[in-house]
Parts: sequence; structure tokens; C-alpha cells
Amino acid sequence: MTVLPRGDDPPRPPREGTTKPKVAVWKLASCDGCQLTLLDCEDELLAIAGAVEIAHFTEATPAEVEGPYDVSLVEGSVTTERDVRRIAEIREASRMLVTIGACATAGGVQALRNFADVEEFTSVVYARPEYISTLATSTPVAHHVKVDFELRGCPIDRRQLLELLTALLAGRKPQIPSHSVCYECKLRGTSCVMVRGTPCLGPVTQAGCGAICPAFGRGCYGCFGPVAHPNLAAHTAQLRHLGMTEDQVDRVFATFNAASPAFASVHRRGTAPA
Amino acid sequence: MTHKNERILSVSELARVEGEGAMYVRASDGKVEEVRLEIYEPPRFFEAFLRGRAYTEPPDITARICGICPVAYQMSACQAIEDACGVTVDGPVADLRRLLYCGEWIESHALHIYLLHAPDFLGFSSAIEMATHGRDLVERGLAMKKAGNSIMEAVGGRAIHPVNVRVGGFYGAPPRAGLASLTDPLRRALDQALDTVRWVAGFDFPDLECEADMLALSRPGTYAIERGTMVTRSGLAFPAAGWDEHVIEEHVPHSNALHAHLAGGRRYLTGPMARYSLNSQWLSPLARDAAAEAGLGPACDNPFRSIIVRAVEVVYAIEEALRLIEAYEPPGTPAVEVPPRAGIGYGVTEAPRGSLWHRYEIGADGIISSARIVPPTSQNQAAIEADLRAFVADRLDLDDAELTRQCEQAIRNYDPCISCATHFLNLTVERALLTQRR
Repeated sequence: MTVLPRGDDPPRPPREGTTKPKVAVWKLASCDGCQLTLLDCEDELLAIAGAVEIAHFTEATPAEVEGPYDVSLVEGSVTTERDVRRIAEIREASRMLVTIGACATAGGVQALRNFADVEEFTSVVYARPEYISTLATSTPVAHHVKVDFELRGCPIDRRQLLELLTALLAGRKPQIPSHSVCYECKLRGTSCVMVRGTPCLGPVTQAGCGAICPAFGRGCYGCFGPVAHPNLAAHTAQLRHLGMTEDQVDRVFATFNAASPAFASVHRRGTAPA
Repeated sequence: MTHKNERILSVSELARVEGEGAMYVRASDGKVEEVRLEIYEPPRFFEAFLRGRAYTEPPDITARICGICPVAYQMSACQAIEDACGVTVDGPVADLRRLLYCGEWIESHALHIYLLHAPDFLGFSSAIEMATHGRDLVERGLAMKKAGNSIMEAVGGRAIHPVNVRVGGFYGAPPRAGLASLTDPLRRALDQALDTVRWVAGFDFPDLECEADMLALSRPGTYAIERGTMVTRSGLAFPAAGWDEHVIEEHVPHSNALHAHLAGGRRYLTGPMARYSLNSQWLSPLARDAAAEAGLGPACDNPFRSIIVRAVEVVYAIEEALRLIEAYEPPGTPAVEVPPRAGIGYGVTEAPRGSLWHRYEIGADGIISSARIVPPTSQNQAAIEADLRAFVADRLDLDDAELTRQCEQAIRNYDPCISCATHFLNLTVERALLTQRR
């Protein structure tokens, strides 16, 4: 799973001869929350809109600008044949493709189907299962096309999104830390919840949220997905030591990043993520 | 089957709505034959994978159904699970829930009014284009939106998928000072909201009367948000547990979605218009006066005027938030203990777009054996299509481009949230089936 740009290539600057880079926002299977994060940049939205040409962003505007796009932000996972084709077209039309959020980056919570019988799932939810057209798996964008950068989170963090956009506009590498949530607890002065006996996924989860759960006395539940090289064996032993049952350990890793290879290696639902 | 005079209006990707939807209108020989709000949002199977999860998990998991109204999902889920476990959450914890919910109403309504809907009335393609003509206006909307998000961040930890909500209450009570710091921005937002009511009241509203019944949560003495009894304009009243007796979800022939009807077959509308029409007497005096000044009576039947109702609800939600913050003392314990027990529980709260109903069956071990969720947009679809049909029938003299534009505007009256609509069928396929059948 790519966390930083491949190699040390800085993002390419805008095409020559244009003043504003063309930015497109696309949605696959998702809750809309990550693209909403862009609209949640209340203080910066109009400045962003002034600095780039918003070429496709259905939630905000019907305006369509033909590709190619300098940057495509992609929300959501691939769950239909149509989206398999669409993501290939988006890749083709984009100089840089950035996935935003846990769905696009790891398949999202809907990837729980990967470890179940999707036909049975369909019959549970829909009155007329024969009309449902869906793939058996929910897969991250990187399973289908080359991804230049990934923003983690369910949802992504607004400050990280702003840093990403600023870096892309400046033609530099985004400064998105790849360390664990623990660093953020230290930075904000939150004492460790595990020391007080609360199970927490912070040590094995990538930072970016600002360590908000421990600040409310709650253990991190891993919505930013696995940190690079997590020590899962030691950590799951610690979670059990703090009183979590096997089932609870299983479930906490099988949620919003259930299909990320590191977390999937922990939960019993499947040893073979899609 | 093609008619010489057949006319098809089709918008394959509806903009400025949440989620993926399309509109399809077919008229022939001057008569509207078919109107569909199509949903091609891929299914995500929440109700299926909630089975086997712990009873403590739905607040986090169901929040992910919708990034625009996660608090609504969290609150309906908590209420349903607490109902199953025989626990009632009251007092300061309940007040904190209402405060969080006010934040979501403010945020979601400000988003819809300024970024999704107002551009239609003023002839702009987007708020960004609107800002090039009136930057102050858009900044006003964004400031209100930010005030709502600030509440969500202070109480819930973050604006999208708040982390602080749990069955029984909250993980941690926000400190008093944290909430007090919201007071000044909220006071400014209240003035902005009143200006917003006056602003949207000046828009041109096409004539259209919603013929459907209306359904909303109601709780005498307060404008119902997070608890109450379901009532309809036709006089029904029932608790969340009675939902299945009164609301029928069915697959309608030649239609592409599960439509909800009231028992007996009546279409109904849920959302701001229904809430206002059923509960306007319980608004605060300031919100009621603002509504009256904007020309609203005690009820609202024209879906185009729902933008005024949203603005009035923002006034109310900001006042209510200020009241709750003023009275706030951190509760001794931020959550009530909710031990699991075998049972079925029901919960319904007012998402910004309407009533959101949850039902869970859990075992004595706290494991969920079944989950059902009925989001507002699937309830509204039948009424939206019926309103759209009436709207189109009166405007067949317009050219395709203008009629299509007006239809899209009409759809946005209902603030459809297609990401929420977990019950919708996948329409691309059925449309193909329909085509084959023809």
C-alpha cells in the first residue's frame, strides 16, 4: 500500500501554458464524507476554488471540464463492473491520481463482503436480489490502477487534505506523516489510555486524525488503517491482556480497513483479502 | 415502443446532491408517461454485515452510511439499542446528544442552502460560481456551516463520523470551556441565519403543491429532533416500535426502488417540510417570527419553499445550541451503563433530510442477529417522483434544456441523500430489463 509518492518524485507541477491546475473529484462506492471534507474547508474553500480549476466535482457543481486533469481525487472503493471501467478512464485522464479515504485506499467497511457470501448479503438487504449488480469484492483503487498518493482515514483529515492540495500546487512532496497515532497523543499531551487499561489501536494505526479518540478517553479504533510495519503479534497480545476477547480483537480489526493486508492478517474472517 | 412525439429528459449524473443518482422523465403526445429518480449508488450491504457485530458497534458502523448525516445514524442506532436493552438516557447526557444533533442540522442545512440549492434559484451552476458574483454571501453560508461543524468537533471529536458517541452516551464529556468558546461564533451565526431566512424568502418560487401526506417526529413542548413520537398530517401517531405497522416498504411494479408508503398506500414526505408543517408551533419565538416574516404559514406545502424552512430550522438549531451550551454542566458520568439483553429495539430520529428509523435484534450476549435501517430518501422517493410528475405536466411547453434544469432544481428541493439510500435497488440493471421488455 503506497503511503508516500513512489520513489522520491515530487508531484508534477501544473501543465505549461495554463494558469490553474485542473482538479477533479470522483466518487465510487462510499459515504461522500471524504469529498465533503473538501467542502468542510470553510475558511479555505473559496481560496482553493480560486487557485485551481474544479473540473469535475458532482457534489458541488454540474460543470464539466474535459480531461486531462492535473489531479484527480478519488473517493470510494471499486464494487461494480462499471466502476472498474470508470477508474481506468479516470486514471487515463489524470496526471496524478490521489485516493482519499479508507474506501479508496483499503476497500472501506463495505469490504467486509470480501470475507462473506455476497449473494447471501444481497438477499438480506434487497427485496429483489436479481436486480442487484455488484462485484463479490470491494477493492481499493490501487488494485486496479496506479495510484500516486493515498490519503488515509475514515474520513480523511481536513488538515491533511489542505496540506496535500497546498503541496500539489507548490509542486512539492506532501508532508503526511507515516508514524503511528501514539506520536499524536504525545504531541497533544494526552496520557496513554492503554496505561489506564483501555485497549487502543493507536500503536498499530497510522497518524493523521490528531489522536481524537484517546483525547475523549476512548481507544483508537484504527480508522486510518495500519501504520507501516505494525507489530501486530505483540499488540494483539497486549489487547488480550487488557481484557479483549478473541471475538473483540477480531471485530476491531475487521471494520473500516478490514481488507488492508495488515489488518486482514489479524481478523479471522479471512486470510486472503481480495 | 417509440412515439413520434416522444420526449425524454435524462440527467445521467445529478449534481449537487449527495451520492449518485439520475433523473429520467419520459413524455409522449404531451403526456408524462414516466418519471424516475434513479439511484445507481452501488450497494454496500450494511444491514448484512451488521449481523454478528457487537451491540456497541452500530453507532460507529452506521455512521459510515452517510458522511453528511453521521450523527443521525449514530443517534438512531443508540436509541434503538438502548431500547432493546431497556435503558433510557436522560438528563445532561441527552442534552449533549441534542446539542451534537443541532450541530449536524446547522452544518447540513447550511451546506444544502448555500452550496447545493441556492445556486439554482439565482441561475448559477455552483456556489463557487455564485461566489464570483457575491463572495460575501457564500462566505456567510460557509461561516454558518463552520459554526455547526465546530459543535460536532467539540462534542463529537470531528465533524464527519464523530468518535465520541457510544451506546449510553459519550466516551468523554467535553469541558465546559470548550463549549463556551462556541458561544460567540454561534451568536454571529444566528444573525447570519436570520439574514439567510430573509435572503431565501426573496427567491422566486415556482408553484407546486405537495399532495403527499407528511411524517415527522413530534414531541409537544419542543421542536422534535432526537426523540418523540411519529405523527402524520393525516392524524396517525405511533412510536418507533410501531413503524412496521404503519410504514410499508414495497417494490412497486415498473419502478426501480423500494418505495415507502403509509399503510393503505398513501405516499408521504419526511424532512424539513413535514417537520415544519407538523411542529411549527414548537419552534422558538424567534424562529417562528422569522418564518412568518418570510411568508410561511403554520405549514409549508410548496417543496420549493423548503429552502426557507431549512433556513428557519437553522435559526432554531443555533438558538437551541446556545441554550444547551449556556445550561451545560459536564455530567458526572458521560454514559449510562447499557448491559446487553436479548431483545428487539427501535429508534427513530430526525436526520436533516427526515426521519431515520433503525431496528436491531440482539442476543443475550450482545451480538446483533438482525438490523434494519430505513433512511429518509427512500421514504421520500415516491413523493418526489409524484411531485416531479405534476411539475413536469404543467411545464411541457418549456424546451428540453430549461425543463431539465427546472426538474433538477425540483429534485434538490428534497435534499436527496443517495448515499443514505441503502434500500434502493441498482437501477442501471433494472432499466436495462425494462428496455428489454419494451
